[in-house]
Parts: sequence; structure tokens; C-alpha cells
Amino acid sequence: MVLGKVIGTVWATRKDEQLRGLTLQLVREIEADGSDKSRVVVAVDSVGAGVGETVLFVQGSSARQTELTKNKPIDAVITAIIDKLDVE
Amino acid sequence: MNLGRVTGRVWATRKDVRLEGQRMLFVQPSSFSGKESGGLIVALDTVDAGVGDTVLYVSSSEATVPFRPGLMPTDATIVGIVDEVDHKEGSWTPNPESSDG
Repeated sequence: MVLGKVIGTVWATRKDEQLRGLTLQLVREIEADGSDKSRVVVAVDSVGAGVGETVLFVQGSSARQTELTKNKPIDAVITAIIDKLDVE
Repeated sequence: MNLGRVTGRVWATRKDVRLEGQRMLFVQPSSFSGKESGGLIVALDTVDAGVGDTVLYVSSSEATVPFRPGLMPTDATIVGIVDEVDHKEGSWTPNPESSDG
């Protein structure tokens, strides 16, 4: 899992049937100190994260390991909203 | 499997229901000679690792294997605490600077 910041939302009307009803958020990877990395991905939101929030997201086939994303064409999912982090 | 060092911890109240009760630790990946490589990741912990411990972790979909047959949304899971590494460039013993469990 890596840290990210929600920077926007993506809407799509024509999409795979299994994506219907899911929220697609734009997430920028960030460092533990909050500074931006260059990579931005589109992730399904399983926790109701809003723009500006710091989140954890999971990538690859592991992203299909939630009730919401199981067996769906998804490779990134937001799984937690960070309250606090403590790093050396 | 990959080698890394636990450098911190993450707390989240709002999270996927499967993550309830799981400890989430920052891991600095390293090479098998102990050199840092790449950016920090967050991993689940199955072995009670603490800050300062050198650990083995599995990544990508294999990270979900320790939690089978249930679902677990993780792409990194700590599966061992390293006592010693024997490497062609020399053996080394990780020496935790601190451990807060």
C-alpha cells in the first residue's frame, strides 16, 4: 500500500457494467512527509474519501480484495483515510 | 519476498472493514545487502514486527495469501522478522535501534 492524496473525481457514463455505482477518485502518490510524487492513478473509493484527504490505496490484483471491488475490472482501491502517521 | 526495515506506523479510523484490527506499518524496502531501495510502502503485519525491525514482506497479490480464504485488501504483508542475512558481499545481523512493538 502507498500513501496518496485525493486530488479529484472522475465521471464516466459509458463504462463497464461492473463499474456502475462506484466512485472513481484521482489519487496522487505522496511521500510520508506529504510531498507530492509524480504518479497519479484512478482508484475506486471504498471508504468515502473526499478531495484533499490523505489515504492509503492498494494496487494490482490485491485491489479486488474488498466486498465492493471483488471480481470487478479494478486495479486500484482506496482502503483507508489516514488519521495519523508516525515515521522515523 | 522482499527485505525491508520497519520505520513507522499508520493509523486510520475510516477504513475497509477487512482492515479492522490490522496493524499498518511503514516499511523502507532494502536490498539484501541492507541498502535502502525505493520509496516507503505501508504493509500489514502478521508477525508482530516493531519499528526498527528488519523484516521479510511479500508484495502484490501474494500479500493476500496469509489471510486466505478471506479477502484482504493489501499489496504488502510482513511475514517474517529477520535475524541474520548471509550474503555474498558479507553477512549482517540487523540491529534494531528501537522497538515499540
